[in-house]
Amino acid sequence: MRYGMAVDTKKCVGCSDCVVACQTENNVPIGYCREWVVEVMDGTYPQLEIEIRSERCNHCDNAPCVRCCPTGASHVEAGGIVMVKPNKCIGCGACIASCPYDARYPHPDGYVDKCTFCLHRIKNGMKPACAAVCPTKCIYFGDLDDPGSEVSVVLKKRKSKTLIPEAGTKPQLYFLI
Amino acid sequence: MREEIIVSGRMNPMVDPQLHIWHWQIPLYLFLGGLAAGILFFAALYYINGKEREYPAAVKLAPFLTPFLLILGLLALFIDLRHKAFFWQLYANIRLQSPMSWGAWTLMVITPASFIWCALHIREFFPKWDWKYDWLKAVEGFFNKYKKALAWVLLIYAVILGIYTGILLSAFNARPLWNTSILGPLFLASGLSAGAASILIISRSPAERKLFAKIDLILIGIELFLIIHMFMGFLASTQVQIDAARLFLGGPYTMSFWIFVVIIGMILPAVLEIMELKNYHVPAIVPALLVLFGSVMLRFIIVYAGQASRWLY
Repeated sequence: MRYGMAVDTKKCVGCSDCVVACQTENNVPIGYCREWVVEVMDGTYPQLEIEIRSERCNHCDNAPCVRCCPTGASHVEAGGIVMVKPNKCIGCGACIASCPYDARYPHPDGYVDKCTFCLHRIKNGMKPACAAVCPTKCIYFGDLDDPGSEVSVVLKKRKSKTLIPEAGTKPQLYFLI
Repeated sequence: MREEIIVSGRMNPMVDPQLHIWHWQIPLYLFLGGLAAGILFFAALYYINGKEREYPAAVKLAPFLTPFLLILGLLALFIDLRHKAFFWQLYANIRLQSPMSWGAWTLMVITPASFIWCALHIREFFPKWDWKYDWLKAVEGFFNKYKKALAWVLLIYAVILGIYTGILLSAFNARPLWNTSILGPLFLASGLSAGAASILIISRSPAERKLFAKIDLILIGIELFLIIHMFMGFLASTQVQIDAARLFLGGPYTMSFWIFVVIIGMILPAVLEIMELKNYHVPAIVPALLVLFGSVMLRFIIVYAGQASRWLY
């Protein structure tokens, strides 16, 4: 079982509902966010191309944040989800410095926090908050090892990319292009 | 033209607009640890070579700085932690893939070892020192018997202490400026150089000062070689590393790096030490202090600039 997510960049409008839903669902402290929306504008007017992406922690297969953690607070749970155990975290910040996607942040309570793919929701058969709330339904989530899951189906149908694959992290957040 | 920006307004403290998760505590520890490593390395080296009478400052006196340097360094690291109540987890886990874990355990060995080394030489400062309790006298007897083994432990762990901080930074491939295997040897050379400089300041023997001036000169040469090759490596590497190198070649850290670290911290003391070796009268303390200054600045600039280097946006 390997959880993964695919975001359809052709359907994302940059409304940031996902960002707010995540903050609400996970009690993210004010001023912090676990997700964000990136807009790419390419070309010279009037030949312009735009790509909009809803980004978050990529739950990498070769996560540098897990590798560099001195206590093992940063670990991988079943399904490949990268999590932080707050009572093992010493707040050294190494994982924050090691993430090329800047996906982590220091929680005001001291430990390090980030997107959890809403593990507490997916354990109960629900989708992550961002996927559940997206008005254009552009966020697909599921088991990449199950060829029938919505994320596997859409990745087979469409061309996709990941962010900075050359960083060697093997991210599991795909962008349909 | 290509513009890639975050439009949902991410401004995570200490991460945006630019990563700044490590502040003064970290480069301060890197300097104190490197300096302690340098002093302990020379102390152990010259003891093993049987030169403790010719080089007393190196083997017996300078090490008395190291317990203070290491404790202050550990305090700085502790202050930096954001989840302090759980600091003990560092010592309840060993993670072989995490250089920070190696560092925690290395300090766990070398800090008591440095205390023991000082305890064995306490009579340099208090000639009539008496341990009073029999068990303490037994401990002193034990370590005196195995002093050479202790010196080997100090030697090896001093090298690890001096090099692991550079390896730790270089393991962060997310920060292209740090992601070079030259950083470990550079930090080790800088730590050894700072150690040699401290011995130069403390020493009262002209022969010892001459030796350590020569050692420092060689180490400065090695550091300059490593710095040049580090930049050659960046400029011959991928775009992110070329951009990282630009921080020092026209970017915001250019002046501070080349002036404070290279000119004031390496070239100027090297020139002064050459003049000293050619028997011009130069007070030994001047180049030594410049070397220490350069060592501090190297660490501050590399830690701060590294956080400015990135892959995305």
